[in-house]
Amino acid sequence: MTADLDTHPALLKLREFDPQAVEDARIFRGEVTLYVHRPNFLRTCEFLRDDPSLRFNFLSDVTALDLYPQEPRFEVVYHLLSMQSVQRLRLKVRVGGDDPHMESAIPLWPAANAFEREIFDLFGIKFEGHPFLRRLLMPEEWEGHPLRKDYPTEGYR
Amino acid sequence: MPVTLERIPGHEDSVILSMGPQHPSTHGVLRLVLELEGETVVRALYDIGYLHTGFEKSFESKTYNQGITLTDRMDYLAPLSNNLGFCLATEKLLNLEIPPRAQWIRVLLTELTRIQSHLVWLGTHAIDLGAMSVFLYCFREREEILHIFEAVSGQRMMTSYFRIGGLALEPPLGWLKGVQKFVKSFPARIDEYEALLTRNPIWLRRTQGVGYISAEDAIAYGLSGPSLRGSGVDYDIRKKEPYSGYEKFDFKVSCRTEGDVYGRYLARVEEMRQSLRIVNQAMEGLPEGPVKANAPHIVMPDRESMKTSIEALIYHFKIVTEGFHPPVGEVYQAIESPRGELGFYMVSDGSPKPFRCHVRAPSFANLQALPKLIEGRLIADVVACIGTIDIVLGEVDR
Repeated sequence: MTADLDTHPALLKLREFDPQAVEDARIFRGEVTLYVHRPNFLRTCEFLRDDPSLRFNFLSDVTALDLYPQEPRFEVVYHLLSMQSVQRLRLKVRVGGDDPHMESAIPLWPAANAFEREIFDLFGIKFEGHPFLRRLLMPEEWEGHPLRKDYPTEGYR
Repeated sequence: MPVTLERIPGHEDSVILSMGPQHPSTHGVLRLVLELEGETVVRALYDIGYLHTGFEKSFESKTYNQGITLTDRMDYLAPLSNNLGFCLATEKLLNLEIPPRAQWIRVLLTELTRIQSHLVWLGTHAIDLGAMSVFLYCFREREEILHIFEAVSGQRMMTSYFRIGGLALEPPLGWLKGVQKFVKSFPARIDEYEALLTRNPIWLRRTQGVGYISAEDAIAYGLSGPSLRGSGVDYDIRKKEPYSGYEKFDFKVSCRTEGDVYGRYLARVEEMRQSLRIVNQAMEGLPEGPVKANAPHIVMPDRESMKTSIEALIYHFKIVTEGFHPPVGEVYQAIESPRGELGFYMVSDGSPKPFRCHVRAPSFANLQALPKLIEGRLIADVVACIGTIDIVLGEVDR
């Protein structure tokens, strides 16, 4: 575990690859979070996956956060794992609350498929280029997105 | 409207078949939509959500301590692994040090959980493929482990025994006798299962070469746990990113290169033997000491001290009525559950309830590979492939 952002290999490499790719970097309990610039997202991920010294080949998780009433309202969160160097990395992309949509990561990691459908279902974020973007856990005719913060836990909407 | 498959133009002879959610071999409420040509599966689609209970939403309105009880009910075949993942994530958030005795008991019990979960997998997998007696044997041994859980936590399945900061309580005197008895008898029992299956010609015909997935595809589809190691990828979180003191135990990661149902079967059987080794070591080297961390504002005080100490009473009142306040931040804690990488992504906004608690359920990710395993194969192999990825629908749907 690297405890220092200045010497973090993935961050250094990314900055070298594209100075604009990383908007912000944070570290908490030894875990590194990178805020990735939205237009460069897929390119950045491809670099992280294919660079021979990084090889973040395993997408372990995709999820989202609703920061309501903040704007940009959503953050899509990716957890990557490099099996080669046993490193984990968290990527975040900020997504606006008005008609939220995001690029699909399926071309890079097919594993993203179900996770993206789950986010679409529970947060209402659309993933562009997803081959089968349908509700996954809730019934097809369900209205609303339960994991949004303005969706009540109990009672009717 | 439930999800359906549209026929591809030009496939006029094919049949669309809905399999499940009420089907004995779908291990719960999994529904598959299959497009068949004769008996061959051309395309497959899975439909889930029948057991969706909104755990992730519920976490947000419960304190951290209350959240533990929800984790039991996700992967109901490995409740203690779920407890462990949730507690470790919260403890990471709090930066809490756990006493060694609690860590070792956690390891011991989660390894028993692994064996127990694999026994259910082996039993149901075998009965799906026609081997009735294995099922009965496996459930016989599983019962012994559930008895140990009951002795320790008071519950056979919904244990909620691991708490933030340690364990709920010191296990009762003499509990290790039950573990010793099990550890002694179990190796011969595994041999018994293997004698029934490993070289059984029917078993070989049903499993070898069925449901093949290459190492590359397994990684790309996000497979983890024995399903990944059955394809020759030697990645075990217990070894690579040790947690809860796993680095102190000597065990081998069981990895097979076959990549088919048979390979994953061998990987899991070997994993049971290795888990037994860990249980043995944990039992022999079990340290003395407290089972709860020294953090009175987080860990519930003992009943006894509450009767004599006003501070303990005040802390108890605070924890029960309000909970504790972790610092603002986010952590991801992955553990090796019996099914693979179980991750808890916990986000705290400083309040006593998680801002967000997302569960990376291994079954949820592993299920994605199912269409890949069954497309192009006979419908009878579908049953073998559902069994081999070892899904628990409680965890898939959450």
